[in-house]
Amino acid sequence: MSLDKPYKDVPGTTIFDADMSRQGYHLNQFCMSLMKAENRERFKADERAYLDEWAMTEEQKQAVLARDLNRCIELGGNIYFLAKIGATDGKSFQQMAGSMTGMTEEQYRDMMVGGGRSIEGNRRIGEKK
Amino acid sequence: MARISASVYTSHVPAIGAALDLGKTAEPYWQAVFKGYDFSKQWLKDQKPDVIFLVFNDHATAFSLEMIPTFALGTAAEFMPADEGWGPRPVPKVIGHPKLASHIAQSVIQDDFDLTIVNKMDVDHGLTVPLSLMCGQPQAWPCPIIPFAVNVVQYPAPSGRRCYMLGKAIRRAIESYDEPLNVQIWGTGGMSHQLQGPRAGLINKQFDTDFLDRLVADPEGLSLMPHIDYVREAGSEGIELVMWLIARGAMNDVNGGKPPTVRHRFYHVPASNTAVGHLILENN
Repeated sequence: MSLDKPYKDVPGTTIFDADMSRQGYHLNQFCMSLMKAENRERFKADERAYLDEWAMTEEQKQAVLARDLNRCIELGGNIYFLAKIGATDGKSFQQMAGSMTGMTEEQYRDMMVGGGRSIEGNRRIGEKK
Repeated sequence: MARISASVYTSHVPAIGAALDLGKTAEPYWQAVFKGYDFSKQWLKDQKPDVIFLVFNDHATAFSLEMIPTFALGTAAEFMPADEGWGPRPVPKVIGHPKLASHIAQSVIQDDFDLTIVNKMDVDHGLTVPLSLMCGQPQAWPCPIIPFAVNVVQYPAPSGRRCYMLGKAIRRAIESYDEPLNVQIWGTGGMSHQLQGPRAGLINKQFDTDFLDRLVADPEGLSLMPHIDYVREAGSEGIELVMWLIARGAMNDVNGGKPPTVRHRFYHVPASNTAVGHLILENN
Protein backbone atom coordinates (compact mmCIF):
# COMPACT_ATOMS: atom_id res chain seq x y z
CA MET A 1 0.00 0.00 0.00
CA SER A 2 1.68 3.21 -1.08
CA LEU A 3 1.04 6.66 0.37
CA ASP A 4 -1.52 8.84 -1.34
CA LYS A 5 0.17 11.85 -2.92
CA PRO A 6 -2.65 13.79 -4.56
CA TYR A 7 -0.37 16.82 -5.06
CA LYS A 8 1.65 15.09 -7.80
CA ASP A 9 -0.60 16.49 -10.54
CA VAL A 10 -0.28 20.16 -9.52
CA PRO A 11 1.62 21.83 -12.38
CA GLY A 12 4.96 23.54 -11.82
CA THR A 13 4.96 22.54 -8.16
CA THR A 14 7.13 20.20 -6.10
CA ILE A 15 5.81 19.44 -2.64
CA PHE A 16 8.60 19.13 -0.10
CA ASP A 17 7.44 15.92 1.51
CA ALA A 18 9.34 13.42 3.63
CA ASP A 19 10.72 11.71 0.53
CA MET A 20 12.08 14.94 -0.98
CA SER A 21 13.42 15.97 2.42
CA ARG A 22 15.37 12.73 2.66
CA GLN A 23 16.92 13.29 -0.78
CA GLY A 24 17.68 16.91 -0.07
CA TYR A 25 18.98 16.63 3.46
CA HIS A 26 22.61 17.57 2.81
CA LEU A 27 21.72 20.17 0.19
CA ASN A 28 19.36 21.90 2.59
CA GLN A 29 21.75 21.67 5.52
CA PHE A 30 24.46 23.25 3.34
CA CYS A 31 22.03 26.10 2.68
CA MET A 32 21.38 26.37 6.40
CA SER A 33 25.11 26.84 7.04
CA LEU A 34 24.92 30.09 5.06
CA MET A 35 23.02 31.67 7.94
CA LYS A 36 26.45 32.33 9.49
CA ALA A 37 28.39 35.29 8.10
CA GLU A 38 31.74 33.49 8.22
CA ASN A 39 30.34 30.59 6.20
CA ARG A 40 28.92 32.98 3.61
CA GLU A 41 32.41 34.48 3.25
CA ARG A 42 34.04 31.08 2.87
CA PHE A 43 31.42 29.99 0.33
CA LYS A 44 31.84 33.15 -1.73
CA ALA A 45 35.63 32.81 -1.65
CA ASP A 46 35.56 29.32 -3.19
CA GLU A 47 32.11 27.90 -3.87
CA ARG A 48 33.27 24.55 -5.17
CA ALA A 49 35.60 23.90 -2.23
CA TYR A 50 32.88 24.83 0.24
CA LEU A 51 30.34 22.55 -1.46
CA ASP A 52 32.83 19.70 -1.38
CA GLU A 53 32.69 19.80 2.41
CA TRP A 54 29.10 18.54 2.20
CA ALA A 55 27.84 15.04 1.43
CA MET A 56 25.80 16.37 -1.50
CA THR A 57 25.47 14.64 -4.85
CA GLU A 58 27.40 16.05 -7.81
CA GLU A 59 24.08 17.00 -9.43
CA GLN A 60 23.12 18.98 -6.35
CA LYS A 61 26.48 20.79 -6.33
CA GLN A 62 26.18 21.63 -10.03
CA ALA A 63 22.65 22.95 -9.53
CA VAL A 64 23.84 25.22 -6.72
CA LEU A 65 26.83 26.48 -8.75
CA ALA A 66 24.45 27.24 -11.66
CA ARG A 67 21.92 28.84 -9.26
CA ASP A 68 19.33 26.68 -10.98
CA LEU A 69 16.66 26.73 -8.29
CA ASN A 70 14.22 24.53 -10.20
CA ARG A 71 16.88 21.85 -10.48
CA CYS A 72 17.78 22.28 -6.79
CA ILE A 73 14.12 21.70 -5.89
CA GLU A 74 13.94 18.67 -8.16
CA LEU A 75 16.92 17.27 -6.24
CA GLY A 76 15.33 17.72 -2.83
CA GLY A 77 15.95 21.39 -2.09
CA ASN A 78 13.33 23.41 -0.28
CA ILE A 79 12.75 27.03 -1.14
CA TYR A 80 13.08 28.31 2.43
CA PHE A 81 16.51 26.69 2.63
CA LEU A 82 17.52 27.67 -0.90
CA ALA A 83 16.62 31.25 0.00
CA LYS A 84 19.82 31.36 2.05
CA ILE A 85 21.79 31.08 -1.20
CA GLY A 86 19.78 33.96 -2.60
CA ALA A 87 20.43 35.99 0.54
CA THR A 88 24.14 35.27 0.20
CA ASP A 89 23.94 36.56 -3.40
CA GLY A 90 21.97 39.63 -2.27
CA LYS A 91 18.76 38.58 -4.02
CA SER A 92 15.25 39.28 -2.78
CA PHE A 93 12.66 36.56 -2.43
CA GLN A 94 10.83 38.00 -5.39
CA GLN A 95 13.95 37.76 -7.55
CA MET A 96 14.41 34.15 -6.48
CA ALA A 97 10.79 33.16 -7.09
CA GLY A 98 10.79 34.93 -10.44
CA SER A 99 13.96 33.14 -11.54
CA MET A 100 12.08 29.82 -11.52
CA THR A 101 9.30 30.93 -13.86
CA GLY A 102 11.18 31.64 -17.09
CA MET A 103 10.16 35.30 -16.84
CA THR A 104 12.43 38.30 -16.52
CA GLU A 105 12.55 40.05 -13.18
CA GLU A 106 10.49 42.92 -14.60
CA GLN A 107 7.88 40.64 -16.19
CA TYR A 108 7.46 38.76 -12.93
CA ARG A 109 7.14 41.92 -10.87
CA ASP A 110 4.59 43.29 -13.33
CA MET A 111 2.61 40.05 -13.16
CA MET A 112 2.46 40.33 -9.37
CA VAL A 113 1.41 43.96 -9.47
CA GLY A 114 -1.28 42.92 -11.95
CA GLY A 115 -2.76 40.48 -9.45
CA GLY A 116 -0.40 37.51 -9.73
CA ARG A 117 -0.48 34.32 -11.76
CA SER A 118 -4.06 33.20 -12.39
CA ILE A 119 -5.29 29.94 -10.96
CA GLU A 120 -7.23 29.30 -14.17
CA GLY A 121 -5.44 26.63 -16.15
CA ASN A 122 -2.98 26.09 -13.30
CA ARG A 123 -4.81 23.58 -11.13
CA ARG A 124 -3.87 20.33 -12.85
CA ILE A 125 -1.24 19.13 -15.28
CA GLY A 126 -2.76 18.89 -18.74
CA GLU A 127 -5.70 21.16 -17.89
CA LYS A 128 -6.88 23.41 -20.72
CA LYS A 129 -5.96 27.06 -20.23
CA MET B 1 -9.06 33.87 35.29
CA ALA B 2 -7.33 34.66 32.01
CA ARG B 3 -9.56 35.14 28.97
CA ILE B 4 -9.15 35.42 25.22
CA SER B 5 -10.55 38.78 24.15
CA ALA B 6 -9.83 38.77 20.43
CA SER B 7 -8.08 37.05 17.55
CA VAL B 8 -6.01 38.66 14.83
CA TYR B 9 -5.12 37.15 11.45
CA THR B 10 -2.49 38.45 9.07
CA SER B 11 -0.02 37.50 6.36
CA HIS B 12 3.68 37.90 7.12
CA VAL B 13 5.80 38.43 3.91
CA PRO B 14 9.54 39.15 4.56
CA ALA B 15 9.53 42.05 2.09
CA ILE B 16 7.08 43.89 4.37
CA GLY B 17 9.70 43.79 7.10
CA ALA B 18 12.36 44.96 4.67
CA ALA B 19 10.13 47.84 3.48
CA LEU B 20 9.70 49.00 7.08
CA ASP B 21 13.31 48.53 8.08
CA LEU B 22 14.64 50.29 4.97
CA GLY B 23 12.21 53.22 5.23
CA LYS B 24 10.21 52.44 2.08
CA THR B 25 6.79 52.71 3.71
CA ALA B 26 5.94 55.94 1.88
CA GLU B 27 6.27 54.32 -1.55
CA PRO B 28 2.85 53.84 -3.22
CA TYR B 29 3.51 50.09 -3.61
CA TRP B 30 3.87 49.70 0.17
CA GLN B 31 1.37 52.38 1.14
CA ALA B 32 -1.30 50.15 -0.36
CA VAL B 33 -0.30 47.41 2.10
CA PHE B 34 0.28 49.48 5.24
CA LYS B 35 -2.94 51.47 4.99
CA GLY B 36 -4.79 48.23 5.71
CA TYR B 37 -3.22 48.24 9.17
CA ASP B 38 -3.82 51.86 10.23
CA PHE B 39 -7.02 50.86 12.01
CA SER B 40 -5.36 47.81 13.54
CA LYS B 41 -2.48 49.74 15.13
CA GLN B 42 -4.89 52.05 16.97
CA TRP B 43 -7.13 49.12 17.86
CA LEU B 44 -4.23 47.23 19.44
CA LYS B 45 -3.23 50.31 21.49
CA ASP B 46 -6.79 50.61 22.77
CA GLN B 47 -7.15 46.93 23.57
CA LYS B 48 -3.98 46.77 25.71
CA PRO B 49 -3.61 42.98 25.75
CA ASP B 50 -1.52 41.55 28.60
CA VAL B 51 -0.19 38.70 26.47
CA ILE B 52 -0.30 37.74 22.79
CA PHE B 53 -0.27 34.04 21.92
CA LEU B 54 1.26 34.24 18.45
CA VAL B 55 0.88 31.30 16.09
CA PHE B 56 3.46 31.51 13.30
CA ASN B 57 5.78 29.38 11.22
CA ASP B 58 9.53 29.24 11.17
CA HIS B 59 11.14 29.40 7.70
CA ALA B 60 14.18 27.14 8.11
CA THR B 61 15.57 29.59 10.65
CA ALA B 62 15.31 28.20 14.19
CA PHE B 63 14.55 24.72 12.87
CA SER B 64 16.68 23.18 10.13
CA LEU B 65 16.14 19.61 8.96
CA GLU B 66 17.83 18.41 12.16
CA MET B 67 14.53 18.72 14.00
CA ILE B 68 11.07 19.33 12.60
CA PRO B 69 8.55 19.77 15.42
CA THR B 70 4.96 19.98 14.22
CA PHE B 71 3.90 22.22 17.12
CA ALA B 72 6.56 24.08 19.13
CA LEU B 73 5.62 26.22 22.13
CA GLY B 74 8.12 28.91 23.16
CA THR B 75 8.44 28.93 26.94
CA ALA B 76 11.58 31.11 27.20
CA ALA B 77 11.85 34.50 28.91
CA GLU B 78 12.95 36.12 25.65
CA PHE B 79 13.44 35.40 21.96
CA MET B 80 15.88 37.26 19.71
CA PRO B 81 15.06 38.35 16.12
CA ALA B 82 16.89 35.91 13.83
CA ASP B 83 19.50 36.54 11.16
CA GLU B 84 17.80 34.95 8.15
CA GLY B 85 20.75 35.65 5.89
CA TRP B 86 20.16 39.38 5.41
CA GLY B 87 21.14 40.20 9.03
CA PRO B 88 18.69 40.36 11.97
CA ARG B 89 15.76 42.77 11.59
CA PRO B 90 16.28 45.92 13.68
CA VAL B 91 13.25 45.24 15.85
CA PRO B 92 12.87 44.83 19.62
CA LYS B 93 13.55 41.47 21.18
CA VAL B 94 10.47 39.45 21.98
CA ILE B 95 9.69 39.14 25.69
CA GLY B 96 7.99 35.85 26.49
CA HIS B 97 5.66 34.84 29.29
CA PRO B 98 7.26 31.68 30.68
CA LYS B 99 4.72 31.22 33.45
CA LEU B 100 1.63 31.24 31.23
CA ALA B 101 3.47 29.35 28.47
CA SER B 102 4.43 26.56 30.87
CA HIS B 103 0.89 26.40 32.14
CA ILE B 104 -0.36 26.09 28.55
CA ALA B 105 2.19 23.34 27.80
CA GLN B 106 1.07 21.29 30.77
CA SER B 107 -2.63 21.76 30.04
CA VAL B 108 -2.51 21.21 26.27
CA ILE B 109 -0.31 18.10 26.47
CA GLN B 110 -2.69 16.59 29.02
CA ASP B 111 -5.42 17.47 26.53
CA ASP B 112 -3.80 15.05 24.02
CA PHE B 113 -1.77 17.48 21.86
CA ASP B 114 1.88 16.45 22.00
CA LEU B 115 3.65 19.79 21.89
CA THR B 116 7.39 20.32 21.66
CA ILE B 117 8.57 22.70 24.37
CA VAL B 118 11.23 25.16 23.24
CA ASN B 119 13.36 27.13 25.68
CA LYS B 120 15.76 28.57 23.12
CA MET B 121 14.59 29.88 19.76
CA ASP B 122 15.35 32.84 17.53
CA VAL B 123 12.24 34.15 15.81
CA ASP B 124 12.16 35.04 12.12
CA HIS B 125 9.95 37.27 9.96
CA GLY B 126 7.06 34.87 10.46
CA LEU B 127 6.72 36.28 13.96
CA THR B 128 8.23 39.75 13.72
CA VAL B 129 6.44 40.96 10.57
CA PRO B 130 2.94 40.50 12.04
CA LEU B 131 4.14 42.41 15.12
CA SER B 132 5.52 45.20 12.91
CA LEU B 133 2.27 45.40 10.94
CA MET B 134 0.19 45.63 14.11
CA CYS B 135 2.53 47.80 16.21
CA GLY B 136 4.57 49.89 13.76
CA GLN B 137 8.14 50.57 14.88
CA PRO B 138 8.10 50.84 18.69
CA GLN B 139 11.12 50.70 21.03
CA ALA B 140 9.57 47.65 22.68
CA TRP B 141 6.67 45.37 21.73
CA PRO B 142 3.54 46.31 23.69
CA CYS B 143 3.30 43.16 25.82
CA PRO B 144 4.80 39.71 26.41
CA ILE B 145 4.39 37.27 23.53
CA ILE B 146 4.18 33.48 23.54
CA PRO B 147 5.54 32.21 20.21
CA PHE B 148 3.92 29.06 18.89
CA ALA B 149 5.63 27.64 15.80
CA VAL B 150 3.83 25.30 13.40
CA ASN B 151 5.66 23.19 10.83
CA VAL B 152 4.50 24.15 7.36
CA VAL B 153 7.91 23.68 5.69
CA GLN B 154 8.04 19.91 5.35
CA TYR B 155 4.83 18.32 4.10
CA PRO B 156 2.52 17.35 5.67
CA ALA B 157 1.71 20.31 7.85
CA PRO B 158 -0.85 19.48 10.52
CA SER B 159 -4.36 19.30 9.09
CA GLY B 160 -6.75 22.21 9.34
CA ARG B 161 -8.92 20.10 11.61
CA ARG B 162 -6.02 19.33 13.94
CA CYS B 163 -5.15 23.03 14.12
CA TYR B 164 -8.75 24.00 14.84
CA MET B 165 -9.07 21.44 17.64
CA LEU B 166 -5.72 22.55 19.05
CA GLY B 167 -7.07 26.10 19.22
CA LYS B 168 -9.84 24.82 21.43
CA ALA B 169 -7.33 23.11 23.72
CA ILE B 170 -5.24 26.29 23.93
CA ARG B 171 -8.38 28.18 24.91
CA ARG B 172 -9.11 25.69 27.71
CA ALA B 173 -5.53 26.09 28.90
CA ILE B 174 -5.68 29.90 28.94
CA GLU B 175 -9.06 29.92 30.68
CA SER B 176 -7.72 27.74 33.47
CA TYR B 177 -4.91 30.18 34.28
CA ASP B 178 -5.48 31.95 37.59
CA GLU B 179 -4.37 35.51 36.82
CA PRO B 180 -6.94 37.80 35.16
CA LEU B 181 -5.01 38.32 31.93
CA ASN B 182 -6.38 39.81 28.71
CA VAL B 183 -4.97 37.44 26.08
CA GLN B 184 -5.12 37.77 22.31
CA ILE B 185 -4.44 34.90 19.94
CA TRP B 186 -3.00 35.61 16.51
CA GLY B 187 -2.94 33.31 13.49
CA THR B 188 -0.47 34.34 10.82
CA GLY B 189 0.87 33.39 7.36
CA GLY B 190 -0.88 33.06 4.00
CA MET B 191 -2.82 34.01 2.07
CA SER B 192 -2.50 32.50 -1.41
CA HIS B 193 1.10 32.39 -2.61
CA GLN B 194 3.62 30.08 -4.20
CA LEU B 195 7.35 30.76 -3.96
CA GLN B 196 8.73 27.86 -5.96
CA GLY B 197 8.79 26.31 -9.40
CA PRO B 198 7.26 27.47 -12.68
CA ARG B 199 3.91 28.13 -10.94
CA ALA B 200 5.52 30.70 -8.59
CA GLY B 201 3.52 33.88 -8.30
CA LEU B 202 0.17 32.12 -8.05
CA ILE B 203 -2.57 34.21 -6.44
CA ASN B 204 -6.17 33.08 -6.03
CA LYS B 205 -8.34 35.98 -4.95
CA GLN B 206 -11.54 33.95 -5.06
CA PHE B 207 -10.07 31.30 -2.76
CA ASP B 208 -8.80 33.96 -0.36
CA THR B 209 -12.13 35.80 -0.27
CA ASP B 210 -14.00 32.56 0.42
CA PHE B 211 -11.48 31.63 3.09
CA LEU B 212 -11.97 34.96 4.88
CA ASP B 213 -15.77 34.61 4.64
CA ARG B 214 -15.76 31.06 5.94
CA LEU B 215 -13.24 31.74 8.67
CA VAL B 216 -15.76 34.19 10.12
CA ALA B 217 -19.01 32.35 9.40
CA ASP B 218 -18.17 28.65 9.04
CA PRO B 219 -14.89 27.81 10.77
CA GLU B 220 -16.11 24.31 11.57
CA GLY B 221 -16.68 23.52 7.89
CA LEU B 222 -13.51 25.31 6.83
CA SER B 223 -11.45 23.20 9.23
CA LEU B 224 -12.36 20.13 7.18
CA MET B 225 -10.69 21.42 4.01
CA PRO B 226 -8.01 18.90 2.97
CA HIS B 227 -4.37 19.86 2.38
CA ILE B 228 -4.61 19.29 -1.35
CA ASP B 229 -7.18 22.08 -1.68
CA TYR B 230 -4.78 24.55 -0.10
CA VAL B 231 -1.91 23.37 -2.30
CA ARG B 232 -3.86 23.31 -5.53
CA GLU B 233 -5.96 26.45 -5.02
CA ALA B 234 -3.79 28.68 -2.82
CA GLY B 235 -0.27 27.63 -3.87
CA SER B 236 2.30 25.43 -2.17
CA GLU B 237 2.97 28.08 0.48
CA GLY B 238 -0.71 28.95 0.88
CA ILE B 239 -0.91 26.00 3.24
CA GLU B 240 0.30 28.38 5.95
CA LEU B 241 -3.39 29.28 6.28
CA VAL B 242 -3.99 26.25 8.49
CA MET B 243 -2.38 28.33 11.24
CA TRP B 244 -5.33 30.74 11.15
CA LEU B 245 -7.57 27.87 12.27
CA ILE B 246 -5.67 27.56 15.56
CA ALA B 247 -6.60 31.12 16.48
CA ARG B 248 -10.16 30.68 15.21
CA GLY B 249 -10.68 27.52 17.27
CA ALA B 250 -9.93 29.49 20.44
CA MET B 251 -12.83 31.94 19.99
CA ASN B 252 -16.03 32.01 22.10
CA ASP B 253 -18.59 31.08 19.46
CA VAL B 254 -17.04 27.72 18.61
CA ASN B 255 -16.83 26.89 22.31
CA GLY B 256 -20.45 27.51 23.26
CA GLY B 257 -20.40 31.34 23.27
CA LYS B 258 -21.62 34.20 21.10
CA PRO B 259 -20.45 35.01 17.55
CA PRO B 260 -17.50 37.42 17.35
CA THR B 261 -17.64 40.94 15.99
CA VAL B 262 -15.65 41.44 12.79
CA ARG B 263 -13.76 44.57 13.80
CA HIS B 264 -11.62 44.84 10.67
CA ARG B 265 -11.05 43.12 7.34
CA PHE B 266 -8.47 43.88 4.67
CA TYR B 267 -7.19 42.22 1.51
CA HIS B 268 -4.58 43.36 -0.96
CA VAL B 269 -2.48 41.93 -3.81
CA PRO B 270 0.50 41.97 -3.91
CA ALA B 271 3.16 42.24 -1.28
CA SER B 272 6.13 40.78 -3.14
CA ASN B 273 4.87 37.28 -4.10
CA THR B 274 1.92 37.14 -1.75
CA ALA B 275 -1.72 38.07 -1.21
CA VAL B 276 -2.07 39.96 2.06
CA GLY B 277 -5.14 39.15 4.15
CA HIS B 278 -6.03 40.54 7.56
CA LEU B 279 -8.94 40.09 9.97
CA ILE B 280 -9.66 41.16 13.53
CA LEU B 281 -12.36 39.29 15.42
CA GLU B 282 -13.46 40.40 18.89
CA ASN B 283 -15.11 38.04 21.32
CA ASN B 284 -18.49 39.06 22.75
